[in-house]
Amino acid sequence: MSAVQAFLEGTIRTATPLAFAALGETVVERAGIINIGLEGAIIAGAMGGFTAAGAAGTWAGFAGAGIAGLFVAVVFAFFAIRLRADQIITGTAITLFFLGATATLYRQLYGVTGAALTSPTMPVTPIPLLSSIPVIGQPLFAQPAITYLLYVLIPCVWWCMYRTHFGLGLRASGESAKAAQAAGVPVSRIRFIAVLFGGLLGGIAGGVLVIAQAGSFAEGMSAGRGFIAIAVVVLGRWHPLGVVAAALVFAAASALQYLFQAMGWNIPYQTFLALPYVLTLLGLAGIAGKATAPAALGQWQS
Amino acid sequence: MDVHTRANWTLSPPAADASTEHAAEQPDLCLHEVSKKFGNVIALDKASLTLRKGSIHALLGENGAGKTTLMRIAFGLIRPDSGSIDVKGKRVDFASPAQAIASGIGMVHQQFSLVPEMTVAENVALGGRGRYDAKTTARRIEAISNRIGMQLDPFAKVKTLTSSQRQKLEIVRTFAHDASILILDEPTAVLTPRDIGDLFAQLRKFAAEGGSVILITHKLRDAIDNADDVTVLRRGKCVLASPMQLVDQGTLALAMLGSSTVTPPSAPRPATNLSRVVVKFDDVFFEDERRVARLENASLQVAAGEIVGVAALEGAASQMLGLMAGRLQPTSGTIKLPTAIGFVPEDRSEEAVIPAQTLIENTALANAGARSRMIDWHNVRTQTTHIIADFSVRASGPTAAMSELSGGNQQKFVLGRELKDHPALLVLENPTQGLDVHAANAIHEKIKAAANDGTAIVIYSSDLDELAALSDRVLVVSRGRIAAARPDKESIGSLLLETAD
Amino acid sequence: MADITLLADALVRSTPLILAGLAVALAFRGGVFNLGAEGQLMMGAAASAAISIKLAPLMGPSVIVVSLGGGAVAGALWAGIAAELKRRFHVLEIISTIMLNFIAIHLVSFLVRGPMQEPTRIYPQTESLADSARLPIIIPGTRLHAGLILAVLLAVCLHWIFKHTAAGFRVRALGAGPNAARSAGQIDIAVLSWRVFVMSGAIAGLAGAIEVSGVTFALYENISPGYGYTAIAVALIAGLNPLGVIASGVFFGVLETAALALQRDFGIPSSIASMVEALLILVTLALAGLRGYLAFLAPRERTA
Repeated sequence: MSAVQAFLEGTIRTATPLAFAALGETVVERAGIINIGLEGAIIAGAMGGFTAAGAAGTWAGFAGAGIAGLFVAVVFAFFAIRLRADQIITGTAITLFFLGATATLYRQLYGVTGAALTSPTMPVTPIPLLSSIPVIGQPLFAQPAITYLLYVLIPCVWWCMYRTHFGLGLRASGESAKAAQAAGVPVSRIRFIAVLFGGLLGGIAGGVLVIAQAGSFAEGMSAGRGFIAIAVVVLGRWHPLGVVAAALVFAAASALQYLFQAMGWNIPYQTFLALPYVLTLLGLAGIAGKATAPAALGQWQS
Repeated sequence: MDVHTRANWTLSPPAADASTEHAAEQPDLCLHEVSKKFGNVIALDKASLTLRKGSIHALLGENGAGKTTLMRIAFGLIRPDSGSIDVKGKRVDFASPAQAIASGIGMVHQQFSLVPEMTVAENVALGGRGRYDAKTTARRIEAISNRIGMQLDPFAKVKTLTSSQRQKLEIVRTFAHDASILILDEPTAVLTPRDIGDLFAQLRKFAAEGGSVILITHKLRDAIDNADDVTVLRRGKCVLASPMQLVDQGTLALAMLGSSTVTPPSAPRPATNLSRVVVKFDDVFFEDERRVARLENASLQVAAGEIVGVAALEGAASQMLGLMAGRLQPTSGTIKLPTAIGFVPEDRSEEAVIPAQTLIENTALANAGARSRMIDWHNVRTQTTHIIADFSVRASGPTAAMSELSGGNQQKFVLGRELKDHPALLVLENPTQGLDVHAANAIHEKIKAAANDGTAIVIYSSDLDELAALSDRVLVVSRGRIAAARPDKESIGSLLLETAD
Repeated sequence: MADITLLADALVRSTPLILAGLAVALAFRGGVFNLGAEGQLMMGAAASAAISIKLAPLMGPSVIVVSLGGGAVAGALWAGIAAELKRRFHVLEIISTIMLNFIAIHLVSFLVRGPMQEPTRIYPQTESLADSARLPIIIPGTRLHAGLILAVLLAVCLHWIFKHTAAGFRVRALGAGPNAARSAGQIDIAVLSWRVFVMSGAIAGLAGAIEVSGVTFALYENISPGYGYTAIAVALIAGLNPLGVIASGVFFGVLETAALALQRDFGIPSSIASMVEALLILVTLALAGLRGYLAFLAPRERTA
């Protein structure tokens, strides 16, 4: 395998869970809510996916991951929408809680020693013809089936957001909840649905980490992906296609190490680990003033 | 006193006298003895309104009389504490505007009802179901626009529209939703005279085709010229309900104001010595952050002890007032201001006070930016006690949280705080908006007293009566220009309309 | 004696929690959502370790002052990045501070495997600090060091500032009502919020410096078991009150120490401690939401 292919493959691999989570968070933020608890949904999804996949196979694993993510979202929605508690504090607490809860549960169920238990992994299903395209064929179209679900989901989310009345109501809730309410949009219900959708995709993102990639669960394996996804949503300017592109850019920055190793450059490996975060910060500074966040993001009035 | 007894005592009930073919029919909308309290403020006290099919119904009342609250209840935006609503003979209990819209009610709001970041077509389509197709919606908008003579670009973003275009969009939207009952909240405030004429012609046609219209207004002339029936609210109570042909302007005015609310003639203000200039603008130019000129070549002076009224449509004067209060800096030109300035901003709970903090802390907030080292809380407490006493603020004490106070008492507190150091200049924005008559009168008296003590007063109000009653002279701000008007309602009003277009 | 050792261990654990908790309390009080205490703490620890190792042979006992000061400056600088991004480019601090946390972790990992690695080049950590660069022990025979006293003093000091000074009042006004603070108070809220951010970073940096000088005596990769995140819980449970932070910091220190002991002795996972902490925040939020008190937690408009 060439270095370029390894780079592309690494990019898609890193981008897949990130894009799932970020796509969900895009919908949440367009409805005017910011869910910092996404990290919690991802780790819960990883745990749920690990347990369900071990019991009933890979697709059941993804169902388990999604359900776990939904559960986290319900908790968040109860506090942030029903009680109208501060969204950032609620999200932080939820992330903290589920990082602790999954670790505790894992140690209780599978022992403190943490001898790496494995779960079934989803096999690679190459798509005929497409996967034979030179260079990009293998990285893009020789993937586990869940990655193809992502490919289908991206245009669906876009269509729903810009071509349906639900999408209109969603965006209006994020821009001006009062105006949306007065126009007959059920703002609270839409926000609730959006948060659930975000949790579902966050959970699946966690499932991808376990079932499509690592094949095992590890404490804190979400490793900040929820926060990165939130940054990626900003970088992608709250547009589903932009967000997916931003996830790819972030993943490419992480995958640069494959290229550099192939070239034999001697750069401390931590540079590669830190690079995506540095680029994200630079990106956020760079798009300043051009990107407009949903006007009602994180607020209740207006 | 029972509302209906009084109405009947003055006039006969509408159905018996109205000589229209619809008289026997079921009313389109019937609000019966609706009451609503906000905190401890009574907004509506058993208010009723009956809207006949095929009629235009004027809902009259002064600012704060409860007109908008009553209609927001009819539209499902607010739930009443008690009372009932019938739409076309069917009892309803709206939990949200979506249900009201589904029942055929459409409302054109004064504010907050459009999403600025979205296009005209998207705003019209809001609240619908299923697939959204911009082109279909655009065609529908064009059809309606052509029919009612209000042209709009379906693909323009609302934030680029002028206020009169936004108003048209709201009207088009209610037509697009196939509303058969239209509620319009002060629809003429931002329209030009020609557009106003068109609008009323359309409403008449709409009614003739079987629809019905409620027109919220405080303009007597509009109501008398265009409405079939009238209901007058005063301080949350329904004080008159009648067909329009049975009442005259005098009756309506008396019903709106009530004998008790006529402001007692206050002591004539001593002639002010205009030689001591406190504020001086020289060729001032101001651009906002989007580089739009909001004030051009402005030159003016305000003398000590003067009360200068400012009239403007919808925020057109806010930059000038910000400059005057020292909160903004001019892009070019020079401004001379005194060091001590009091400022009473329009958005009280957001900009003037911190609701979660105590009255003492809110006292300390004034010029918090300039304080240094320690705060002498003992001294601040004394000041707070004085404000409470001098401005008759109703509060449980200086340690009460600001949020416990009613709007009127918050405003009295703010005024007291801003006047406590006897500033050379006091700038006020809509100081009596949302207040009851007594609180408003108290505020007016304090403003006059401050002027008599030598403070220069600059007051902006959207209530022309208030301006006319208080001001020594009036400035009309429109499209970045300042013009002078005499302090009476007619000259201010006509100058406002002339300069708006 | 074993009891005293255990209590001392809990207080040792509490010290960074109190300090980082104060950093978070200050920031949140001023309406700055600094979630980056973790990264600022690590940068403070790194700077402090570097200063102690380089300067201890030259300076003698006074090196401890420079080392702690250096840690605070490093934390302030690290927070300053996010503060500048917010001021100039309106980058949300909740995102930038978390990104900076990750960068700090990788930076420390690089330092202890690269330029700052101990002379034998075997372990991913720095050499040990000289005795002169260590904080004195306050109860002989235990690990309890003078850092606790510093933390308590700082909390009292901060409480006093909030309560009695004009600057402290401005910070409270900024957090409780930014628009009123700007309009009625004529406070330059952009500048004030920048200062609060940087001060908060300095306190978090000091927490890291004290951890290195009082407990670990060396910089290594996982020097913080998430102190910066737990600090958010510490500050919130305390109602953002500096004196309350002492109590909640000690409580969480005891909780975490006990959880570690339970894991060692009975095999109960220690991660249960972070569950309890998070649950406490959620309960506080629920109470605030249901009763409508604790105005700082209530929904409000944030200025971008």
